[in-house]
Amino acid sequence: MARAATTADAFNAVAEPRRREILDALGAGELPVNDLVHALGVTQPQVSKHLRVLRDVGLVDVRDQGRQRLYRLNGPALKPIHDWVSNYERLWSDRFEALDAVLEDLKRKEQGAGGDE
Amino acid sequence: MTSNRAKVTLPTDEQILIEREFDAPRELVYQAYTTPELVSRWWHAKRGEVTLVEIDLRVGGRWRYAMVTPDGTEVAFHGEYQEIVPNERLVSTEAFEGVPEGVSEDDASTLNTAVFAEANGRTKLTILIEAKSKLSRDAIIASGMEDGLQDALELLEQVALASAESTTSEAKHGIGD
Repeated sequence: MARAATTADAFNAVAEPRRREILDALGAGELPVNDLVHALGVTQPQVSKHLRVLRDVGLVDVRDQGRQRLYRLNGPALKPIHDWVSNYERLWSDRFEALDAVLEDLKRKEQGAGGDE
Repeated sequence: MTSNRAKVTLPTDEQILIEREFDAPRELVYQAYTTPELVSRWWHAKRGEVTLVEIDLRVGGRWRYAMVTPDGTEVAFHGEYQEIVPNERLVSTEAFEGVPEGVSEDDASTLNTAVFAEANGRTKLTILIEAKSKLSRDAIIASGMEDGLQDALELLEQVALASAESTTSEAKHGIGD
């Protein structure tokens, strides 16, 4: 295997469906464990176990706020295995391709108004 | 066709910079960017249907865009215009309607500066998105609408499964020999 050990660990971490659900939930923002328990419908020990794995490979960060522990996605940690910005870039590329079509329409109308053709 | 992709960079921990050139004069790009019926034709990013575009194009005026994806997910954004230089520069706030509980909409909002620069009949559009924190900035990139993170994770799953399969078959092979 040519892949670095840390990358392989991250691959293993996201190969588990529950852990992908956790990452997905954290993609929308920072959450305490209780919210993740609710969102996933599994027990807190199970969620905690998955969170430990995700923290170990650096995909999730944690911080204390009062009595709560808040978990959040560490987006750039996905970088070794997938360029996480590329999805966002694709969103804008698709958006701008649609804008290209609108601009072609506007240009055609302007030419039409100018009396050409 | 594929060469004209949007270029996305991260100048600082709180910023996203989007750049793209258009084969049209900037008056037309600005028009397409600020006219509701035109915005509704491109803002969907081919991920659904735009259901609402409201634009009150004056400083202090508000805007609101909404769309629905094929699976029924509704997303909406709104904000307020801070600075308007027609055909040149548009500064506005942007907030996602649907931030998780406990996150204030203000903390998750961004300041967006769009600059329209023309050269030789082509227009370079630059959008600088400034978030209030790295966390908020990362969440925007990770969400990337409905197929952002989900897409990345599905891709990862495929690769992980393929890699697990090849490991298993190698192992079986080893035992059989």
